[in-house]
Amino acid sequence: MAAKTVLNYLDRDSVVHKMTGTTKLAFFLLFTFASMITYNTWVLLGLFAVSLVAFKLSKIKYREVRFMMIFMLVFLLLNNLFIFLFDPNQGTNLYGTRHVLCHLFWRYDVTAEQLFYMLNISLKYFVALPVAILFISATNPSEFAASLNSIGISYKVGYSVAIALRYIPDIQRDYHSISQAQQARGVELGKNEHFFSRLKNSVNILLPLILTSLNRIDTISNAMELRGFGKNKKRTWYTRRPFAVRDFVALGIGVVLVVVSLIVTIKFGRFYNPF
Amino acid sequence: MKNNSSIKTVVAVGIGAALFFVLGRFVAIPSPVPNTNISLQYAVLALLAAMYGPVAGGLIGFIGHALIDLSWGGSPWWSWVITSAFVGVVIGLFAKKLNVQEGEFGKGKVAVFVVSNVIAHVIGWVVVAPVLDILIYAEPANKVFAQGVFAAVSNTVTGVIVGGLLILAYTKTIAKKGSLDQE
Repeated sequence: MAAKTVLNYLDRDSVVHKMTGTTKLAFFLLFTFASMITYNTWVLLGLFAVSLVAFKLSKIKYREVRFMMIFMLVFLLLNNLFIFLFDPNQGTNLYGTRHVLCHLFWRYDVTAEQLFYMLNISLKYFVALPVAILFISATNPSEFAASLNSIGISYKVGYSVAIALRYIPDIQRDYHSISQAQQARGVELGKNEHFFSRLKNSVNILLPLILTSLNRIDTISNAMELRGFGKNKKRTWYTRRPFAVRDFVALGIGVVLVVVSLIVTIKFGRFYNPF
Repeated sequence: MKNNSSIKTVVAVGIGAALFFVLGRFVAIPSPVPNTNISLQYAVLALLAAMYGPVAGGLIGFIGHALIDLSWGGSPWWSWVITSAFVGVVIGLFAKKLNVQEGEFGKGKVAVFVVSNVIAHVIGWVVVAPVLDILIYAEPANKVFAQGVFAAVSNTVTGVIVGGLLILAYTKTIAKKGSLDQE
């Protein structure tokens, strides 16, 4: 079913997989933080190189994640199109100059600044993609809660995330069967239904889903209470592993990336201006 | 008993985030404005926030939305993830007033629910999300505000109509206090 294409863990024998979940989570956060601060093209290209190397190391093949890549490209194209439609002069505003390449119509000029700005914004989003894919497909889901806890988040929140990951396929299956049962009874959600009656019909599907989910909440929380969940301030994790040298190396690289990105931003400003 | 309610919140956040994820990921009806969907998950978020309070609401929004973004294979679009959390927190703040678990959802409570949804979505999508978009991604202001206004309107509509109908139907399944008559 569709659940297989979502958040799928791909088991490989690689350096990246051997790292602890904590390292991967921390590296992912440091990396996205670094790419969020800066708009400098060179820094972004550097980050992109690092994330491609990490991807190579993980032995995950491109075709296994092609779907995500293509989706992201379509998303970026649409986003760029709308940026251009709404404000063709954003590049000029940011870089302060205006080199018109060609005139389209009305207020729409294609300027070198705008193209450069759109290249940067795409790059900014795209650099994090390989690392994000790695983070999803190289982290064992059962290790994820442990790693959230070890970067300082309360273990109760970690447990919530673990529960969410555990029950997504179940709820997806429930949704599927409920919606098919309701459709067999003539509840229509398709395009030929008026918008508001579509909303009303969706309640017919959501309500059974919510009620089963509320029952589920009761069952699970009773089971957890019986096992004494939440009694102590701390807990241990079956899947937690000790740090090895490679973990410290990866974390070190992550910190260096953030520092470089910060220094460049403070020293040379947020934008790299070739004009 | 206090302990039990905290366990229940942990579980509700987990299941709620899973619901948010499934609805947002597989049931989204795309709209003409990019990155924006007519999204049923905000109805469920409204219901669960009204039942379990601001902490649960915020976490459901945050975890659910972050998981959706991750599953599309990118780093989460943090400005919008934070906004989902914000919506959950704001609606959750009205939980005590709404007191859904009592099994009553009269006119006064409907009004409170509508107001809470409007406040949450309007401030969330028209103020929080665009400002963060500009700060983090330096996107053009009029684009992010157009997206924000659209998201505010469509999410308020789904939140109020679908969420309200859900609460109404849910409260009907609970036996009300003092609903037994002596014969």
